[in-house]
Amino acid sequence: MKFGVVVFPGSNCDYDTFHVLQNVMEQETVFLWHKDSDLKDVDCVVLPGGFSYGDYLRSGAIARFSPIMTEVKKFAEAGGLVLGICNGFQILQEVGLLPGAMLRNKNLKFLCQHVYIRIENNKTAFSRAGRKNQVLNIPIAHFDGNFYAPPEMLSELERKNQIVFRYCDEQGQLTEEANLNGSLHHIAGVINEAGNVLGMMPHPERASEKILGSDDGQVIFESIINYLEKKTGKGRKEARQKVKPVVSPLPPLIGNL
Amino acid sequence: MKVRILVSLKPSVLDPQGQAVKNALLTLGYDAVKDVRQGKVFEIELQNIDRQTAEKLVPEIADKVLANPIIEKFTWEIIEG
Repeated sequence: MKFGVVVFPGSNCDYDTFHVLQNVMEQETVFLWHKDSDLKDVDCVVLPGGFSYGDYLRSGAIARFSPIMTEVKKFAEAGGLVLGICNGFQILQEVGLLPGAMLRNKNLKFLCQHVYIRIENNKTAFSRAGRKNQVLNIPIAHFDGNFYAPPEMLSELERKNQIVFRYCDEQGQLTEEANLNGSLHHIAGVINEAGNVLGMMPHPERASEKILGSDDGQVIFESIINYLEKKTGKGRKEARQKVKPVVSPLPPLIGNL
Repeated sequence: MKVRILVSLKPSVLDPQGQAVKNALLTLGYDAVKDVRQGKVFEIELQNIDRQTAEKLVPEIADKVLANPIIEKFTWEIIEG
C-alpha cells in the first residue's frame, strides 16, 4: 500500500505520521507538497496535524485553497481514502468533504493530553480492525476541537452512523468530564456519507508504539491497510518487501513555501 | 473603495471567547454588561470597481473565504469611496 502525507507550511505532525506509516506499519510512504498537484499514485492520503498557514483566519481555512487540496478533493470524490488528523480534520471540514465546524475548546485552553475515545462504528475503512465500543487511548493536541454542527446535520450524522469516535472515560462511559473540548454529542471523529473520508481530532500517529505510552492508534492504520488490501488486491507483504525502514535522516521536505 | 466586513458567530452558536470577555467585564464591576459576542473585522481595499460590482463581490468573498457559513454570519459596509 502507498500512503501520501500532505505537507503544508505549518504542518508539524507530518514526520510522525510518515514514521508510523513507513517504519511501524511498514507501508510505502511519500510526502505530498502543498504546492504540487500530483498525488503520486497513492492509495490513501493523510492530512496530518499542525497549524497550516499559522491557523490564520480559521484553522484549516487557508490550506483549503492550496493546489494539492484540489487534487485531494478530486481523489476523495472518486472514492479514494482520505484521513484527516486534527488540523487535517479541520481542513477537510473547510473544504466541504466533512460536515460541521470546530469551535474553540469550551474551557478556552489548548488541550494536549491522552484521552479515551470509543469506537462507535467499526464498519468503516478506518475502524474495521477495532471492535464496536472498544476504548482507545490516544492523545489530543488542539485549541479548536469543539465539534459543532447545526441540529439537523447532527441528527443526520447520528442516523447515518457517521460518528465513528466519541470521547469517553477509561471505561467507555460518555461522561461530561471526558468530553474535554465540549464537542456536541462527544464527537471525536466523523466519516463522510460515502465512507471514504474520515476526520478525527485525536492523534493516532502519536499512539502507535508502546514505548510512547499507547499503540492503540495502530487500529486506525491497520484498518486502512486491511481495507485497501481487500479493495486493491495489493498484498501487505509485497509492501513490506519494498519498504526499508527510514530512521535517520527522514527524507527532506523539498520545495519553497 | 474601502469596505469593512464584520464576521461573528451565529446567535445559535456558543461563543466561549465572548463569554470569557463578559466574565472579565463583570469581574471588573461593569454590571451593565449583559452579553458579549466576539467577532473579526476585515478592511478590504478594492480597486477599479464600481458600487454595483462591489455589492456582488464583497458578499461572495465573505461567504467563500472570510466566514464559515456553518458557524458564522457576516455584515459589511462601504467605509470609503
